[in-house]
Amino acid sequence: MRQLCKGNVAVIKGAIQAGCSAYYGYPITPASEIAEAAALYLPQVGGTFVQAESEVASINMVYGAASAGVRVMSASSGPGLSLMQEGLSYLAGSELPCVIVDVVRGGPGLGNIAPEQSDYFAMVKGGGHGNYRNLVVAPASVQEMADLTILAFALADKYRNPAIVLTDGFIGQMIEPLELEERQISMPDKPWAVTGVRETRKNLVNSIYLETDELEAHVRHLEEKYRRAQEEEPCYELYLADDAEVLLVGYGIVSRVLRSAVEQVRKFGLRAGLFRPITLWPFPSKALTEAAARCRSVLVVELSTGQMVEDVRLALDGRVPVEFYGRSGGNVPQAEEIRDRLLARAADLVAVG
Amino acid sequence: MSEYQVVHSKSPVFYDVYERKSDLQHQTHYCPGCGHGVAHKLIAEAIQDLGVQERTIFISPVGCSVFAYYYFDVGNVQAAHGRTPAVATGVKRARPDSIVLAYQGDGDLAAIGTAEIVHAANRGEKITCFFINNAIYGMTGGQMAPTTLVGQISTTSPWGRRPSNEGYPLHVCELLATLEAPVYIERVALSDNKNIMRARRAVRKAIENQVAGLGFSLVEILSPCPTIWKLDPVEARKWVADEMIKAFPLGVYRDRKTAVPVTPVPQHPVAEVLDLEAEVTAKPATSHHRHVRETTIKIAGFGGQGVLLLGQLLVEMGMLEGLEVSWLPSYGPEMRSGSAHCHVCLSRQRIGSPLVSHPQALIAMNKVSLHKFAPEVQAGGLILYNHDALPANFEPPPEVRAVCVPASDLADHIGSAKVANVVMLGALLSETECLPAETALAVLERRVRNPAMLELNRRALQAGRRYDEREIHVALSQPDGFAE
Repeated sequence: MRQLCKGNVAVIKGAIQAGCSAYYGYPITPASEIAEAAALYLPQVGGTFVQAESEVASINMVYGAASAGVRVMSASSGPGLSLMQEGLSYLAGSELPCVIVDVVRGGPGLGNIAPEQSDYFAMVKGGGHGNYRNLVVAPASVQEMADLTILAFALADKYRNPAIVLTDGFIGQMIEPLELEERQISMPDKPWAVTGVRETRKNLVNSIYLETDELEAHVRHLEEKYRRAQEEEPCYELYLADDAEVLLVGYGIVSRVLRSAVEQVRKFGLRAGLFRPITLWPFPSKALTEAAARCRSVLVVELSTGQMVEDVRLALDGRVPVEFYGRSGGNVPQAEEIRDRLLARAADLVAVG
Repeated sequence: MSEYQVVHSKSPVFYDVYERKSDLQHQTHYCPGCGHGVAHKLIAEAIQDLGVQERTIFISPVGCSVFAYYYFDVGNVQAAHGRTPAVATGVKRARPDSIVLAYQGDGDLAAIGTAEIVHAANRGEKITCFFINNAIYGMTGGQMAPTTLVGQISTTSPWGRRPSNEGYPLHVCELLATLEAPVYIERVALSDNKNIMRARRAVRKAIENQVAGLGFSLVEILSPCPTIWKLDPVEARKWVADEMIKAFPLGVYRDRKTAVPVTPVPQHPVAEVLDLEAEVTAKPATSHHRHVRETTIKIAGFGGQGVLLLGQLLVEMGMLEGLEVSWLPSYGPEMRSGSAHCHVCLSRQRIGSPLVSHPQALIAMNKVSLHKFAPEVQAGGLILYNHDALPANFEPPPEVRAVCVPASDLADHIGSAKVANVVMLGALLSETECLPAETALAVLERRVRNPAMLELNRRALQAGRRYDEREIHVALSQPDGFAE
């Protein structure tokens, strides 16, 4: 049925539907409701909730539970994710699946608790040590907080790798209708897990390879996995992009603002469209290139000083001019702000090329 | 002459051949005289004697024992530096029937992992911890450990450990014994055969406790490190006996026979917990004929005035009427007595930004909110102000109607200051006709379980709806949008 739900709470509702049975976390604004929902719901359905002593401990409890083969998650916001980076590197190195939610707030340092998208580099490009990637999805609504959490669990298991739900304070805090239905949980076999029974006694969860050739082989194996994910997993949404002269690119909360902006500028005759990456890693480069092929210009909008824009530029490789507009400090641009900027530069934008 | 049979075989809990090692697969990587070998043996024998080899999961740390998984033929997980107790927590909670052994050295447990061991112990995790204390960092080549003795020379305490600079050796057993949850804490030493036999008993007991499901057990093992100490194996054992035991007294620091009682949580089916089958308030039969209006609303006031809740009532009404809805709160550290506001969108289309910068309606529950947010209200919009008159120095923006509704006073009169927000809801519905009042009633009936409180809410809604004759200010609107 349709129910009203807070974004952060929807994460846990999705997680439980995905068969997640363990949550280890530490409170932080604006992500705390995720821990609170986990504390309330998980134990009632036979799951585990532990409030850890720190994010460092949380991520290592996640590592333990993932080693033992259960679906497990944690959530935090920027400062907490910084503390989890070591653990994420170990999880990726040991090929352990888990889901971690980053409800991004303003940074750097203590910053503030208002929404930003400034953890893109930290989550999408790595952040921990070594050659690894996180799988990253970016919800733009309460519904997607549940749906993409479910997807994240599937991706994490498919690739035996951490999957990140990268969202922001607004999506986490807002209430919208959420449609949930009963679903069958399909849990993959995990013959590699260490479960404390005879069949798994020979198993080892480990990320240390002292011999140089062994470690290189391991890194190549991870690389191959990531290459496969790049082929199979990119996900995105297009809106009025077919005839667009100007393509707006944004994810998460920004994509909603851009959608309104697209509608507004079209009333003034400027044919704008929207490209919204849903997976940030793998980044939907190919689809973006195709969508931008007919455009005169691309405008990337982020709640940062310019992070995803680098991936847009890499994807387009100079074929289409890419402009950037960013807000930070917790300021979320209004659709009108984007509209006015687009209209003011419309002549230039369409004249290029 | 009597016949002797010498039995000198390895425990079957160890692999026969250490295939995970790259070379010298018949022997361990530990130095001659190292305490790890003895400690490993005691643990392997206890696992064997207790018959728990299949169930055992060994968590190895960072340090010389990082490769413990070369040797133990049990499930193995290797952990990050200092995090073994946290990893063990995750494993044990996921697999309560497994026997989880966390093995750590002094740098791992007592320096970088101090928080993890203290909190695992304090939660009474049903795991067994072995703490190898050799007063030095072995694997990294002899740096100071948290348990390095006063005056002991290391590569990072070249003048000997000076309490004035490095503090004193950390006493882990004594520290953990201040906690309530642990069931068993003992310090033993691998200094001589007598003490090794004591260590053997302690190791066994610590694992037995877990088999019995008692709780957190930790055995600290004072252990020789001849290589880094630059002593031969015999001298190293003597150093444990003469120097370490002096600094770290042996003994039982906790021994309890009972587990912490379990407080159960009620169990429910997933569908129930997630509200999958929750009763939807029946939509009034005539709803599709009735008037609903797309609106953006900002509601602001003091924390505790029901500002956020009022917004939630509105979105619930909107959802029941088939609209797209969103509610976004101001969120922050000041939840009580500070200011609070929320943004509400009611729309027929997919909602873009949930942030309402220019609302069509502002509900200002106090003066501060009125001054702060009134300038944002759209031309043609509405302000509802919680007072019987506008402040003297306040002028509404052009083309904006300001209506005074003394909601708090009316609520007091009705019988509870808490329903001031519902008075405002009534006023909003009658002023804007954005949603039907019946839907408001339906939502209130669903949310307010207490009959007396529900009655107050009904009366509050009614009071607000009727309070429309007191409009005290209408700004002159002008076609060009400018008002004097």
